Amino acid sequence: MAALLQHAGYEEERLLRVAQQMPCREVQAGMLLSLMGQPQQYSYPSIFIYGHRASGKSHVMHVLLKELELPHATVSCVECVSVALLFEQVLLSFFGCDAASLLPRSPSLSDFVRIYRQQCSQSPAKQTRYIVMEKAELLRDTDANLLPALLRLQELVEDNVTIILLSEIVWDKFRPNTGCFEPLLLHFPDYSKGELQQILSQDRHPSYTAEFYSSYINILLGVFYSVCRDLRELRHLAALNFSKFCEPLAEGKVKETDTHKLWRNIEPHLKKAMQTVYLREVSSLQWEQMQQMEEKESGALRGLSAHTHVELPYYSKFLLIAAYLASYNPARTDKRFFLKVDRFNFTPKNLLNHLLGPKPFPLDRLLAIFYSVVDNRVAPTASIFSQISSLVTLQLLTQVSHDDQLDAPKYKCAVSMDFICAISRTVNFDIVKYLYDFL
Amino acid sequence: EDHFTNGCEGADNSEIRFKLCQDLWHKIRADTEVLQDELNRKILDSLLDFTRKCSSTRQHSDWASQMRASEIPTAALVLGVNVPDHDMTFQSLSELLQQSVTPHVASVQAKECGALKHLMKRVLERLMDTVVTVDDEEEEETEQTSTQLHKSVHCSLSTLCDWYNAKTMKSKTGTPGKKRSSPVRDDPQQPPVVIIFKDLEAFNPKVLQDFILICSRYVERLPLMFIFGIATSPSTIQHMLPHSVSSLLCIELFQSLSCTQHLATVIDKLILTPQFPFKLNGKVMQVLMSIFLYHDFSVRNFIKGVQLALLEHFHSQPLSVLCCKKKEALLNVMQLSHHDLESIRHLLSFRRYVEKQEPQEQLNLFRDDTHLKEVCQKLIKDLRKYHKNYYPVLRCLHTLTSSLPRYPLGKQVRELHLICLEKNVWENEDYQTAMKLLKMLAKDELIASLQRCVEILQPVKSKKMKKALVELEELLAKFKQLDINSSWANITLAPRSHLSPPESQTLNEVCYYSSSATVRRHLNATPRTSIQAALSSPYYYLQNESLKTEDGTVSNAAPDICIAYKLHLECGRLINLYDWLEAYATVVSAAEGNNPDSDNVRKVEEVKHARFIQAVSELEFLGFIKSTKQKTDHVARLTWGGC
Repeated sequence: MAALLQHAGYEEERLLRVAQQMPCREVQAGMLLSLMGQPQQYSYPSIFIYGHRASGKSHVMHVLLKELELPHATVSCVECVSVALLFEQVLLSFFGCDAASLLPRSPSLSDFVRIYRQQCSQSPAKQTRYIVMEKAELLRDTDANLLPALLRLQELVEDNVTIILLSEIVWDKFRPNTGCFEPLLLHFPDYSKGELQQILSQDRHPSYTAEFYSSYINILLGVFYSVCRDLRELRHLAALNFSKFCEPLAEGKVKETDTHKLWRNIEPHLKKAMQTVYLREVSSLQWEQMQQMEEKESGALRGLSAHTHVELPYYSKFLLIAAYLASYNPARTDKRFFLKVDRFNFTPKNLLNHLLGPKPFPLDRLLAIFYSVVDNRVAPTASIFSQISSLVTLQLLTQVSHDDQLDAPKYKCAVSMDFICAISRTVNFDIVKYLYDFL
Repeated sequence: EDHFTNGCEGADNSEIRFKLCQDLWHKIRADTEVLQDELNRKILDSLLDFTRKCSSTRQHSDWASQMRASEIPTAALVLGVNVPDHDMTFQSLSELLQQSVTPHVASVQAKECGALKHLMKRVLERLMDTVVTVDDEEEEETEQTSTQLHKSVHCSLSTLCDWYNAKTMKSKTGTPGKKRSSPVRDDPQQPPVVIIFKDLEAFNPKVLQDFILICSRYVERLPLMFIFGIATSPSTIQHMLPHSVSSLLCIELFQSLSCTQHLATVIDKLILTPQFPFKLNGKVMQVLMSIFLYHDFSVRNFIKGVQLALLEHFHSQPLSVLCCKKKEALLNVMQLSHHDLESIRHLLSFRRYVEKQEPQEQLNLFRDDTHLKEVCQKLIKDLRKYHKNYYPVLRCLHTLTSSLPRYPLGKQVRELHLICLEKNVWENEDYQTAMKLLKMLAKDELIASLQRCVEILQPVKSKKMKKALVELEELLAKFKQLDINSSWANITLAPRSHLSPPESQTLNEVCYYSSSATVRRHLNATPRTSIQAALSSPYYYLQNESLKTEDGTVSNAAPDICIAYKLHLECGRLINLYDWLEAYATVVSAAEGNNPDSDNVRKVEEVKHARFIQAVSELEFLGFIKSTKQKTDHVARLTWGGC
């Protein structure tokens, strides 16, 4: 397999080490290496690598550049809240902090190019320099000229430099409509089940044999492969459940080779993990505690979504109910519900409004409904209005119109049917009777 | 203090009253703070444990925790919707953290972190105590000046990492001896960096996600930790963060005490105790309670309300000089001026007291100041005794009735307290049903609750209570011998002598603050109503005789805006501006006494026109109308109703 990675200009030994560190990615790495050429040769100006989460993009790049000791700068685009940070990090890792401090405040792209050229004339590149940009999809949101300029940075700075963009999105979504230099595209496909098995088996527990761990991974994949193919997530799950898997072994009930018994022991456990830890209902720390006190049957630990009960002040509840009614009832039906005349019979519309989701409503409609649902007379005090805005900050209501718009603000109700039913039960209000969809 | 003295009723003793008021308030505030600290203790302690545990597991290097190392430990702290109260909790939390776990604590609020770089900047600033530069045009000037003072740093987490390493290295070289001498403390070399998000709901989800993503890149080098302050329910985390982000966190849940329980304790310790001489009467209590339950759930605001009542009481009631500790009060009685004594004589409760006395005594009370002072001393002592007896008996009654089905006298002590404040509790219907239910109670339950009553009465020192206690114990003994019928009278009679409402007590005005309307007006403002009142009856605020009219009409001489307002009430949803102007001109010229048909009218029209436009734009400013595009020359009304 190391044969794939043979390449002129690099030591055999190093290439071997590289190959060991990235199982199942030899093809891509070989491809990359041939694109990069020998260290002193000029390389292609920009390379675009895409593939799903945890398909080894960053890992491969990192290992290659590190092990082959090539000059490089790795930048995560999430972190670069401004372009200045990006420029600074690049200059810092190529030329040291003196160069980075030359950048003016809020530098422009041309400042960056100027300083880069100035620096590289002092210390010209003997080897290709690489700039790796992780999460490159965020570059689309920055200045329009940044991405095209980075793609042909080699021309601009007249240096042997290559930009490598890593992204989860295909290149077609990047292409600016003004056109730009086309990078070389390279796809990292998802790992197959066998590959996952091979990779996961590598981080085995030091006190158990490799075969034992790999049989564990086999069982784990059997349960989780259908729902999750994310390598990181699987690795996490493997780590969490391994101690449980070893339990019968420690008690001396079974031998390491008795896979079937081990499987019988762990399978229900993994199923449970799928419903809790995998969804992050329960944190991994709590999961471990749960495993320890399994015998006592800990029913006390409930997931995050189990806690949905929210206590609200009395009028806030009614405001929320009014908001819900305003969001899900058509405005023309208000008269029928809230005027004290006998109701018309109208045909139900089969949950139409609930399927469409909440609709925005103006403030005065909310208050009109509020005053007709709340049973006693309420003065329109300042605190009623402040409750509306505190409901907005609690994200139970959302403001649809812009913040600056003072007159006639519009809101939407952001709570679910179950939630509002629970709320109205606490104030003895039969909300279903007032909902157009349920008549 | 000047404000207090100015416009104060009975200025001569205002200084004493101010001092009393301040002392009392300081005491109340100190007590509530202690109380709140105690209430929060449990949850804060568990949070501290959590942070300690997290920082210590980080140092372990066994296989399992290494596999988990990339997760950021996170505490989700559910605090309830009473947002105003949270500040104090977070304050004490960060103080405690700084004292016992780590010096690196930063707390951020949503409103200061609109964008990722602002959040980053705040976090770095608070952790490193330096000014961080963000390339932001609007802050240019402030930064230029600050760069000279501080060493400015670039805003990224790698800077923070370097800083943290430098810091920990320094402490390592600085205190090498300490480490060996105190191995009990869990590794002071690697204190975690705690970031507190005070109001998670208000954060922009995108900003938070990016921030967590960035942090997770650095978590290996930097022992980060988050604390989320959540007001609604923990499921908001799932609403805000996608799976890819929340999988980077290791979330543990902490639930704080509910605010109703919190309030119950505060009332228990603050109101239902003879310790503080200042009291609230039933209506004021009711107002404060309803603000709490109906509007904000905020204990802090409740205490603010008590403070307001306190201030108002000392400000407006000259006799409040007697509202203090027993000895001081007795002293102050002796120093009352003739004027004060006159006002005592006018007190409703005092007059009732006088009417019960002999004619000779009545004369004495009205003529002789020194005699009156003596009587006052006696009355104040009586009032204190009444309070001393009232609260224990109240609690007894509560323990007896709170376990009854359907809670005829309320679930909480405060409800019973309100009933008692209003009128004689034994005349209440609910009281009768409660007593009936009590008779039907099983014997062992009754004995248990009576036993609790005994426990309540035990620490009380007054004579009457001692007697009651003895009686109760006898009763208990009788119950145990199945002798029920004979002793019923006792139970039902006991409250009568002690739970009479405070209004029946002489000199209650000294201690009880009764102006519920003031409290309501100050705490539960109604801006809309005031504006409408001002517009529809300007006399109410301007106090100008010429504006006085019968209700519903506006005099012609009223300000322009009032006339315009009055006229616009007669219109529908859309108002024709020209018709409005015509009507306005007619009213105004009638006020000036001109004949509307004369030629003069045309000339003045321009002035009137201008006045009208001003009135209309004022109405627009107040939010009664707005311009509309539905119809030319029309404006839309924004309020309903009218004549």
